[in-house]
Amino acid sequence: MPSVGKSVARKDGWAKVTGAARYVDDLRFPGLLHARTVRATIPCGEVAGVRVDAPGCVVVDHRDIPGRNVIAMIEADQPCLVEREVRHVAEPIVLLAHADRETLARARVEVEYRKREPLLDPRLSRQAFKEITIEKGRLAEGFARADLVVEGEYSTGAQEQLYLETNGVIAVPEDGGVTVYGSLQCPFYVKKSLEAVLGPGRRARVVQLETGGGFGGKEDYPSILACHAALLALKSGRPVKLVLDRAEDMLATTKRHPSIVRHRTGVTRDGRLTAVEVEVLMDAGAYVTLSPVVLSRGTIHATGPYRCDHVRVHGRAVMTNTPPNGAFRGFGAPQTQFAAEVHMDRIAEALGLDPVRLREINALRPGDRTATGQVLGRDASALLALREAVRRSDFHRKRKAYPSQGKGIGLALFFHGSGFTGGGETYLASRASLELTEKGARILVGSTEIGQGTRTMHAQIVADALGWPVERVTSATPDTALVPDSGPTVASRTCMVVGKLLERAALEMKARLGRLSPRAYLRRHGPLVVTKQYEPPAGLEWSDQTYRGDAYGAYGWGCDVVELEVDPATLETRLLKTTAVCDVGKAIHPVMVAGQIEGGTAQALGFGLLEEVVMRDGRMANAQLTNYMIPTSLDTPPLEAVILESPYPHGPSGAKGVGEMPMDGPAAAAANALRHLGFDVRSVPATPERLLACPRLPAPGAKSKARPPRATSARGRRRVS
Amino acid sequence: MKFTLNGRRVEVEAHPLARLLDVLREECGLTGTKEGCGEGECGACTVLLDGRPVNACLVPFAHAEGARVSTVEGLKDRRLRAAFVDEGGAQCGFCTPGMLMAAAALPKGFDEQGLKRGLAGNLCRCTGYTAIYRAVEKSRARRAPARPKVRRAAPKRPARRRSA
Repeated sequence: MPSVGKSVARKDGWAKVTGAARYVDDLRFPGLLHARTVRATIPCGEVAGVRVDAPGCVVVDHRDIPGRNVIAMIEADQPCLVEREVRHVAEPIVLLAHADRETLARARVEVEYRKREPLLDPRLSRQAFKEITIEKGRLAEGFARADLVVEGEYSTGAQEQLYLETNGVIAVPEDGGVTVYGSLQCPFYVKKSLEAVLGPGRRARVVQLETGGGFGGKEDYPSILACHAALLALKSGRPVKLVLDRAEDMLATTKRHPSIVRHRTGVTRDGRLTAVEVEVLMDAGAYVTLSPVVLSRGTIHATGPYRCDHVRVHGRAVMTNTPPNGAFRGFGAPQTQFAAEVHMDRIAEALGLDPVRLREINALRPGDRTATGQVLGRDASALLALREAVRRSDFHRKRKAYPSQGKGIGLALFFHGSGFTGGGETYLASRASLELTEKGARILVGSTEIGQGTRTMHAQIVADALGWPVERVTSATPDTALVPDSGPTVASRTCMVVGKLLERAALEMKARLGRLSPRAYLRRHGPLVVTKQYEPPAGLEWSDQTYRGDAYGAYGWGCDVVELEVDPATLETRLLKTTAVCDVGKAIHPVMVAGQIEGGTAQALGFGLLEEVVMRDGRMANAQLTNYMIPTSLDTPPLEAVILESPYPHGPSGAKGVGEMPMDGPAAAAANALRHLGFDVRSVPATPERLLACPRLPAPGAKSKARPPRATSARGRRRVS
Repeated sequence: MKFTLNGRRVEVEAHPLARLLDVLREECGLTGTKEGCGEGECGACTVLLDGRPVNACLVPFAHAEGARVSTVEGLKDRRLRAAFVDEGGAQCGFCTPGMLMAAAALPKGFDEQGLKRGLAGNLCRCTGYTAIYRAVEKSRARRAPARPKVRRAAPKRPARRRSA
């Protein structure tokens, strides 16, 4: 019986509901030392001197690094430990370890600094880590055809991933090298970093443990922790545990990039976009880390899911003296699509047009070309998602009825590329293996289970390809000594890309088995491992130089509707209902797909309304759960997740990505609902304090009667900002 | 100090001001109870003390003397556990032990607001709580409720739409 499309029992379910699942802090090793990191307390300057008073402790600084003092990511600009220059608060300087936590806490390390003036405003930064321009058609021509030009600036704040389990690793000296066990998304990223820091001749092995959430926050940061724990383990010859407490995790680790996005859009009076110009600025923080690729996804998604012949998107990710910002579910696209979707509502307003109608006119359709010139396939279902969301939420009726009831309703349409951007997947050349076992098959991939359901979903794909029940398929622990590099567990790629590799491996295994049972095959022919490597689907082209071509193999499409009210006295927003429609190609496991949509939507509503990272002198001032608020059960509205399936021919059973997409729409839909209530929200999170300062729009009743703009020549066109 | 742990009488040596959380995890070897924040905000360390949910990171061990302490390892409610697995109530699983204990402490006959309030001290970053509500309601209902939120309009081709 096929299991794809059925919500089979989660492979890791029972261990997680009995307390048996083992996370990093649950592991014990004989002779274990606990570790502590001494971090910079200034955002910019130099270390003038370090005085260590730590009796009995193992002490490590940059001089103890046998290899290179870098965290090897895209660029090698970030040191593993500060030598002299400090570029951000919480930058690691000295590492300590001791078997007794209280002795460790008593150790004193005093650092003297020569302070310099920090650069904290990204607008003032002259150092761009990455700059991207996307051009299509001729912008001037597009503006010449416009009846109206609408301009606006939109901004989003930093957001903390707030996985419930903080970052943590254990490093164990082993065979002249180090094995790192940890809570992480990308074991092979960690391995690469360890190899650079440990130097040639020292073996680095990385094992992923049960991981209590990641959301991008365990994409690159675990590399730093792993190197630190490994250095202590190497020096002491003992296992070292380095688990961050919540405050340190919030202070030191990556956040979503704050963004400032400017739009200038030409539109005809009947609502067709003639020119789209977007300027994207992202605050990268102190080091390059993942910012170039975050910016890349951000700029490609910056137009929103709309057709326009004349487009220019220009993006910069700039250096500031704050801790590096990094990956967070959506990876730049939630920021730029927030701007695009609030801007669309403002265009509709300026035209006196219904916001749904404006989107219907301009939504990308199969056969249309995106800003990078990619021709969309038959699975481009923006219109379908829009109409489904409008129908399910009864949008039109509520849009008319709500103003008199003190409620607001708003929507946002969005898309999200599955897999690495551009030539990324070809460059990664991911591999996935399938091993025949006595009872069935064992999956060998570097993809990690971080709550999203990797193990179960992969097993379903393999089981169906082999024609077996899903119980006969198991997964190996992601251990770099055991599994091939399937690429990182990021970018909504684990199902569409790695799942497809496994499907191909399983089909080959089935052909090799013929009519033999696994046991009989193993007895007759010996062990069987089938490995498949990624090959781009025919016709996929991309240029990193011109930013033209097929930016992604496929896109997911979605639409959110948010209904809310605002307390007139406190300006607190109360969410009434959210409808989230996502087209995922094929839902391999509907309950888990719904879980991704529901969870991502809640996280995105937090991004839009609640979660504010307050930075003071380059330091997060609210690095605790008491005043960094994520949605609780009382803040989260009833969520209706709707799954659409427009299959992608090169995904397993037609599946595309789902992990990131639900993050793209809710913040804009919430802002547009607040707009419906008269708040001119252009910046999130829209906290009560921000709403108090927010300009008010004319009453909604009056707004709906706004006259459409006069027919004017291009020269005499109106401008709205 | 003597107390009842998951139905068994035990005697454990630890500092009276040690956090109950650390005593459970380190002295008793029950690592199912998790630390998420250490300041009583996230609820990942929720255990039952004489039947009432508490944050074990805020409770000094002295409070456990003579009391009944229940952790996820001792949870008897198999229906609740199974519903969490089937309905997607557990994703990353880190909030799950605390969430299960908070759910187990809900009074009989709760309504929607009662359910939300009862779980408001337990943060979950994966599920948006929806699947957790489904799981708790399913475990308490006589008949298993339908999965109301997962509806699918599954077009074979983008142009057409079919509701199932």
